[in-house]
Amino acid sequence: MTTLPPPSAKKLGLVIDLDTCVGCHACVVSCKGWNTENYGAPLSDQNAYSGAASGTFLNRVHSYEVQPPVLKDKPAAPAQLIHFPKSCLHCEDAPCVTVCPTGASYKRAEDGIVLVNEKDCIGCGLCAWACPYGARELDAKEGVMKKCTLCVDRIYNENLPEEDRQPACVRTCPAGARHFGDLGDETSDVSILVAERGGFDLMPEQGTKPVNKYLPPRPKDVEPEYDILAPYLEPIAQDGKGFVGWLDKALSAMPGGAK
Amino acid sequence: MHPAPSVIFFTTFSGMGFGLLFWLGIDTTAPTGWIAFVFFAIAYAMAVGGLLASTFHLGRPERAIKAFSQWRSSWLSREGICAVVTLLVLAFYGAGLVFFDAQWSVLGWLGALGALGTVFTTSMIYAQLKTVPRWKHWTTPALFLFLSLGGGALLSGNVKFALPLLIIAGALQAFAWFHGDGRFAASGTTMATATGLGHIGKVRAFEPPHTGTNYLMREFIHVVGRKHAMQLRIIALILGFVVPVGLLLINAGHWTGLLAVVSHIAGVLTLRWLFFAQAEHVVGLYYGQR
Repeated sequence: MTTLPPPSAKKLGLVIDLDTCVGCHACVVSCKGWNTENYGAPLSDQNAYSGAASGTFLNRVHSYEVQPPVLKDKPAAPAQLIHFPKSCLHCEDAPCVTVCPTGASYKRAEDGIVLVNEKDCIGCGLCAWACPYGARELDAKEGVMKKCTLCVDRIYNENLPEEDRQPACVRTCPAGARHFGDLGDETSDVSILVAERGGFDLMPEQGTKPVNKYLPPRPKDVEPEYDILAPYLEPIAQDGKGFVGWLDKALSAMPGGAK
Repeated sequence: MHPAPSVIFFTTFSGMGFGLLFWLGIDTTAPTGWIAFVFFAIAYAMAVGGLLASTFHLGRPERAIKAFSQWRSSWLSREGICAVVTLLVLAFYGAGLVFFDAQWSVLGWLGALGALGTVFTTSMIYAQLKTVPRWKHWTTPALFLFLSLGGGALLSGNVKFALPLLIIAGALQAFAWFHGDGRFAASGTTMATATGLGHIGKVRAFEPPHTGTNYLMREFIHVVGRKHAMQLRIIALILGFVVPVGLLLINAGHWTGLLAVVSHIAGVLTLRWLFFAQAEHVVGLYYGQR
């Protein structure tokens, strides 16, 4: 049924740290790797080895340049490059679920994960139209809608070692920029992280109430105004003695010599 | 939004087809016998043909039957149910007129109501989307309904209603364009809210997530088509409304009527193409494009 369940107490989701992400795309690769071999239809590629390659991904990393403004008389601070991973935010008011005509899209009542039952999906694409985040992609080969499953086949999988029971993207991130946990529990690590770092929602005005949160880049250090190379540029011998002192005097005495 | 031909044909022809069915349903002097057969054949060809065209853009058309199940939340599901019920009800009404020379007006009125409901539910598929600010407005259902009623009246030869309805539809379309141009900006969704980085400074897309294109960019970002928007709007208004109204005012005969219908269809196809090509989806902001 594509009507939304009442808000669940458990809200599983991701917290993505925009300060720490280095933009290596390892999460993109591990996501595609895990999800093409496991839950549901594989994530196909079209013309993968040509100039017009295209394919289905559940997680993509954008990069943005943010230019701080000029403040009073100070020149503008240097532009910042911010890498921005984006996948399904598992919204509480998921507009993609209610528009589905077949009941293929649903939000789990027990943990809030938004999934697609691919056997019921007719590939009409309306859920992708309803999603403001571009989290859903219609697979060109299978003709069904693909989206992040929050690695539902890993996080509850008792065949995997304990440390692997988290989404592939979180497990693989070398920078520790992705965190997985229960955002419905105020005492969970991810909830504390969001509270302490000022985690925010994407497009809050769309009213989707995303579960996933983003942590803002930390403020840049302000350099004190001195030249760090200055100590090394001072003349070595101020009042030379011995041979160097004689040479200094002799050269200064020559016509046009530096005093 | 990508202007898919299947969806443009579907909304244009099924809209006119259901409009024609509405007028056939409430007509107190409805034709009977062969004339009724021709009218119903045209209406069903348009309505059913349009619905079939819409299945061409499905990834899995063989499962389309499942789309009738989620009427509680989904406008697309409601539209499917409305369309099938209406077509069934009016099939009995039409059979009465064609084969038995009998007008079962209760069925006609029920079918007419269903025809309006089908057009309304179609329009709500678009009007419900907060992600496309140009569509999320009362003008979307109003325009779909008036275009359907006006086009249907024109097809059924009902000049008395076709004239005012086409004039209203034309005026409504002009207003919808004018008002719609500012709605993306008015929605408040920007690159700053999309990325949450606006508090640092001005956000610019530096590098896309991939070297090629993807489903999202093909489906939601359509820049080229907007280049000639103003010319196309004028062409759509002239073909869709000015020419048919002018022809009906000069001479409401069969041949001018046919010309008016052809011109109106060309105009509606043009404005429906613009309806998609000019609609901007907020997801484009993540790519620094719209």
